[in-house]
Amino acid sequence: MRYWSILFALAAVFCIGVFAYAPFSPNWWLPNPPGEPHHVVSTFGRDIDSLFLIILWITGVAFVGTQIALVWVAWKYVDGPGRVATYFHGSQRLEVVWTIIPAAILVFIALYQMGAWASIKFRGSMPKVQPLAEVTARQFQWVIRYPGPDGKLHTPDDLYTVNDLHFVKGKPALIHLRSTDVLHSFFLPQLRVKQDAVPGLTIPVWFDSDRKGDFELVCAELCGWGHYKMRGKVTIHENQSEFDEWHAKALAEQNRSQLAVAAGPNGR
Amino acid sequence: MSDLAHAHPQPHPAPDHGHASGHGHDDHVHPAPSNVLSKYVFSTDHKVIGIQFLFSGLIFFAIGGLLALAVRWQLAWPWSDVPVLSRALWGNPSWGYRMPPESYNKLFTMHATIMIFFVIIPLLTGAFGNFLIPLMIGARDMAFPKLNMFSYWCMPFAMVFIIYSFYVEGGSAEAGWTSYPVLSVARWATPGSLNGQTYWLIALLFAGVSSLMGSINYITTIVMLRAPGMKMFRMPMTVWAMFITALLQAFALPVLTSALVMQLLDRTAGTNFFQPFGHTVANAPPVVGGGQTLLWQHMFWFYSHPAVYIMILPGMGMVSDVIATFSRKPLFGYKPMVLAIAGIAGLGFIVWGHHMFQSGMNPALGATFMLSTMMIALPSAIKVFNWLGTMWGGRLQFTSAMLNAVAFVAMFIIGGLSGIFMAATPVDMHIHDTYFIVAHIHYVLFGGSTFAIFAGIYYWFPKMFGRMMDERLGKIHFALTFLFFNGTFFLMHIIGLHGHPRRIADPTLYDFLNNPAVTGMNRFMTVNAILLGLTQLIFAFNFLYSIVLGPRASENPWHANSLEWATTSPPAHYNFERIPTVYHGPYEFSVPQHATDYLPQTEPRPPQAGPIDPVMGDA
Repeated sequence: MRYWSILFALAAVFCIGVFAYAPFSPNWWLPNPPGEPHHVVSTFGRDIDSLFLIILWITGVAFVGTQIALVWVAWKYVDGPGRVATYFHGSQRLEVVWTIIPAAILVFIALYQMGAWASIKFRGSMPKVQPLAEVTARQFQWVIRYPGPDGKLHTPDDLYTVNDLHFVKGKPALIHLRSTDVLHSFFLPQLRVKQDAVPGLTIPVWFDSDRKGDFELVCAELCGWGHYKMRGKVTIHENQSEFDEWHAKALAEQNRSQLAVAAGPNGR
Repeated sequence: MSDLAHAHPQPHPAPDHGHASGHGHDDHVHPAPSNVLSKYVFSTDHKVIGIQFLFSGLIFFAIGGLLALAVRWQLAWPWSDVPVLSRALWGNPSWGYRMPPESYNKLFTMHATIMIFFVIIPLLTGAFGNFLIPLMIGARDMAFPKLNMFSYWCMPFAMVFIIYSFYVEGGSAEAGWTSYPVLSVARWATPGSLNGQTYWLIALLFAGVSSLMGSINYITTIVMLRAPGMKMFRMPMTVWAMFITALLQAFALPVLTSALVMQLLDRTAGTNFFQPFGHTVANAPPVVGGGQTLLWQHMFWFYSHPAVYIMILPGMGMVSDVIATFSRKPLFGYKPMVLAIAGIAGLGFIVWGHHMFQSGMNPALGATFMLSTMMIALPSAIKVFNWLGTMWGGRLQFTSAMLNAVAFVAMFIIGGLSGIFMAATPVDMHIHDTYFIVAHIHYVLFGGSTFAIFAGIYYWFPKMFGRMMDERLGKIHFALTFLFFNGTFFLMHIIGLHGHPRRIADPTLYDFLNNPAVTGMNRFMTVNAILLGLTQLIFAFNFLYSIVLGPRASENPWHANSLEWATTSPPAHYNFERIPTVYHGPYEFSVPQHATDYLPQTEPRPPQAGPIDPVMGDA
């Protein structure tokens, strides 16, 4: 009978083992640039990851403690010849202790992370920069509209790309997120950004990166049969001139193809 | 001292027992119906209705489980031929029987819908609530037996609609079990929204009506029909949990019902509650008038977050009873346990926004929902400590029921702790809508609710069917289920924190997921899921075999105290020959200087045992 506790111990050891191994493998741990499994590329990504680690340690200690207690009682107090159960209904002191301590820890976590949340999502704390682009989600693509040479959105010289997001390393990027049909969600796993795109709302989202590279844009809200392949490419340029170079090239491409197709009267 | 007041049991208790008066019950023993139809089919007997819920729930459990296996197959080996199912479900030879992506969306949508609305809620509240409440409080039946019958017979309508929806044009609903608009209301947005979603809504309306009638019955029965001496604070935890769950249902369900009706009207009557002004999807004509997309999410989660507690609280109650019985020890902190359930239920009404942290809802509102969500972990923690305290110093008997109950505690710890990650709004930004939440919900609903259902079946099977289940098979079933359950669901935490989104048909499309580790984990989970499914065949065999050929059960095979064990197995139509009188709470195990290690609620406590702690105990 007592060996049943080993089964419970086995499950707990498996769970702990998985989380002990995970940080050592870049494909198990949080998604980060290849070769640098512990390098988070975005500013608030660092806040999010450190918060994740704090909660992982706190819950880890709670997990280990409760599982040890459970395995211990299952081993120690198992039915056997001569064993008599003790007769008691509880302990007020213990109830108070195990109410106040978890309550204090939970309130600590709650208050501790409030600042990070406010700095990421509150509109007042968003960087005061010109929007990089307007990102419009639709089944099943990301239409991204950058300001043209005049630096303003919603003018005839805007640059449009599909599933292709570009921004510059080290500069906060602010986008206006919209949806034209159903709910979508703008998810950059390596940058720890997630925000639903809601029909009828224009939601500002900001992020940055301290590293150039290519990442992926994922739709994280079920949006229909093609949801699984609503994937975009994210390119982070080393500096502004590299971005400008790409922008000019893309714009030239766009205007050329427009001339070839229709040559509209006002350049739209 | 209430014990002294009952020192002389009276055949007809004095009227000062108020609600719990036994008057009238003894005089109105209805004979069991002799007609087969009214005895087993359209029965008003709570025991028969409970067993009807049990059978239909278990059948749907098998259906929901098979859908999940098809989901797992696709994730492990994307776009490969699913054995058997491929040809049966999407048998189109022109695409080589490969699963179309919309079928994948249907699979997870219907898996969740069936498991939540047709398996877990009906099994916990429908099957165990119906069967146990009158027996445990010493009543002859529910307060409204006919309403109870209607409550069950709403379910077949729901079942027919949900199964029929697979066969309508466009197939079944595929907007997720949450059915977020606009995807679910715009008919051309995806094939399942063409017709399937309408049937989904109608099915859920029927299931909701069933739950609502049940909950009204439970509340009334528990308040009005308790046996003499059965004070509220002498009720078993199962009854307390069912009572509070019924209150949750009664207050939350109307909101879901109105949301379902609103969506149904949007889809069929041309109203527009959930789309912005002039909105158009998939080149359909623009809608008339203007609505709000997030409105649905608020209304849906105002019900569905309490629904998560509807799916766990009865399990907590049942597990408390099983653990106390097989620890041969009074429940540790009976009153704190009751208060914790009430606390979870109360807080459960003000945490729904934590499903909407990334939804575009005002982030300041997110901060307040975060605080209430953090605090709801507290009563859950208190319950875990009390279960450990109950086992501490006990004399643990690892029966199949006890093993499943201990597994509930062990696994609920994981499900509870992983909730804290998502309650922290910034961390939720990363893990929201990833496999981390899939892991969390399965640790609560399988690790929690389902192990509680298994514990409940092993524990009350003798009372339900008058026969014992096979303990050896029960233990084999438990050990394999426990191992394969962890093998199936634990690694979901890892791929979730690595960013694997939920509800995508093919993870290999993404560079950050297309690596041997994630693919390997997905395959490992699928193999475990298949083995987990096969293990349930042991349970099915044990269950069906024991109903017919199991050894006969005695009245009280586990030496438990609560009232259902004070009558025959299975109980007669009228439950109790005479309504019992109750002298103390249900957890008087191992009372010192008592001949046996249990003391049924129908026997007075020996005076030398001393008074029960009035703050902690069930006095």
